[in-house]
Amino acid sequence: MLRSLNARATVVSLLFLAVLLGLWEINSHAPAASSAKSEYELLMGGAEQETRVPPPSAVIERAVEELSDPFYDAGPNDKGIGIQLAYSIYRVLSGYFMAALVAILCGFLIGMSPLMYKSLNPYIQVLRPISPLAWMPLALFIIKDSEASAIFVIFICSIWPMLINTAFGVASVRKDWVNVARTHELSPWRTAFTVILPAAAPTILTGMRISIGIAWLVIVAAEMLVGGTGIGYYVWNEWNNLDLTSVIFSILMIGVVGMLLDMALSAVTRLVRYQE
Amino acid sequence: MKHFLQVQGLAKRYPSPDGKGRLTVFEDANFTVEKGEFVCVIGHSGCGKSTILNILAGLDEASAGTVIMNGKEVAGPSLQRGVVFQNYSLLPWLSALNNVAFGVRARWPEWNKWQVTEHSMKFLELVSLKDAINRKPAQLSGGMRQRVSIARAFATQPQLLLLDEPFGALDALTRGVIQEELLKIWHETKQTVFMITHDVDEAILLSDRVLLMTNGPHARVAESVKIAIPRPRDRNSVIHHPAYYRIRNHLVEFLLSRSRELTDHAARSGENMNTDPAAIPLEVDPSLENSGIPDLALKRRTARAQVIDHLKPTSTSA
Repeated sequence: MLRSLNARATVVSLLFLAVLLGLWEINSHAPAASSAKSEYELLMGGAEQETRVPPPSAVIERAVEELSDPFYDAGPNDKGIGIQLAYSIYRVLSGYFMAALVAILCGFLIGMSPLMYKSLNPYIQVLRPISPLAWMPLALFIIKDSEASAIFVIFICSIWPMLINTAFGVASVRKDWVNVARTHELSPWRTAFTVILPAAAPTILTGMRISIGIAWLVIVAAEMLVGGTGIGYYVWNEWNNLDLTSVIFSILMIGVVGMLLDMALSAVTRLVRYQE
Repeated sequence: MKHFLQVQGLAKRYPSPDGKGRLTVFEDANFTVEKGEFVCVIGHSGCGKSTILNILAGLDEASAGTVIMNGKEVAGPSLQRGVVFQNYSLLPWLSALNNVAFGVRARWPEWNKWQVTEHSMKFLELVSLKDAINRKPAQLSGGMRQRVSIARAFATQPQLLLLDEPFGALDALTRGVIQEELLKIWHETKQTVFMITHDVDEAILLSDRVLLMTNGPHARVAESVKIAIPRPRDRNSVIHHPAYYRIRNHLVEFLLSRSRELTDHAARSGENMNTDPAAIPLEVDPSLENSGIPDLALKRRTARAQVIDHLKPTSTSA
């Protein structure tokens, strides 16, 4: 008897997984050759079977194999999944934290000053919808370094949600709390750190959470373009190798890492959240 | 004679919605407050009492006139004037203790952590919140939040304490309890208090003097009513004092009719009526027998005020 909702949800989840994997597994196997192969099939050497998506059992086998030694390095085109993910995470985090620094500082400025808000808003609205990869050629031309260009692309795509949320959070801090700071003669710096920052923190963190999600989406595409290392490059490389088992495995790994990044940010959000 | 707080010719005007003229909320407000005095302001909504309080706090700017406290003109907010807002204005991410400590730290930046905590605790104890110090405002009831807010304001020991309808959002029972706590803490600290209220009984219980404002727009501070009931007062005994109903009737009668009549009168006579901008409010002491109110009229007013009492539960003391 399962009373707890969590327990029941887990059972249903596993059921779905089993059904899904089962269907996938069954459909992935070639139907038993009941009749003799056609001439064409004979000519192709039974290649028809090769075009099928690999079954989950193969993916699981590959996952066990890769995850048992994730950090091996056997040359430029043969690195462990751990190394590839580490490269991607390094690029995402460096671009992301640079963006956070700039976005939170500028967001404070924009949020505190209605003049800056109004004068900078048109630029933000134009720059924000630009696909981050559209910056890539310009970045490559100006920076002349593919590694730094990838980081720049992460920087530019993760800056906007943080900038907009910080500005909004700072601008909508309740007047009463600002008045509390004023009647206590707090300096502008102390007001910013002891009243406005904690008051706007949940909104800022929401922006940071959106940004890390976008950054992780974008790094895969950016690394496909830039090449060399990283999970995006890995996916593309395995596609070129026609190793679909590895492609599926790395897609899953992208999902898992993205989820972990989001969970980390959500844990921080919980720390700064307050109830009015 | 030098007064602790002197308000001269204070006025607040906003641009009218059509953009042509100016809308005068109140004007020619002249009054004084002495050191250690507890003064309440009563008036209908829209007469600008909260605006006056915000100007005294330095959070709002007057269109005309000056506020002089302790010989210095008030310009901008200061720790010398503590404010208790109607909506408590506690910082929701800080515990009750830290909210009070926030004020204490701002007032005495040189104090160490231990001194700050000890001083904050003393004031939280005065408002009987010793057991709830680690709770966040969201985990406190409305009455407890307002107690924290009062503790924060008293703990910074300002020269003037401004209370903006501090009990307006509380139920009658809680209000009664916190009123007595406010009296207790006021007796201990000898603060000068300027408080806005809607509640006539609250004003009589707490204050030395009640300033009555006429209706806005073009509101004025019309009367300064002395509350000649000896202290210490408490809610049970104050209503049995012989002067209580004379004072109460005078205040209720002002709110019911004269607050409007005076404004109407001023409006009828228009701009060319030479009201004296320096006119001080009429000083009234209803407790005296010959207070200028005919006995017959007083009786009629008493009857009317009692009827109003039934209709207006919020104005009766719990």
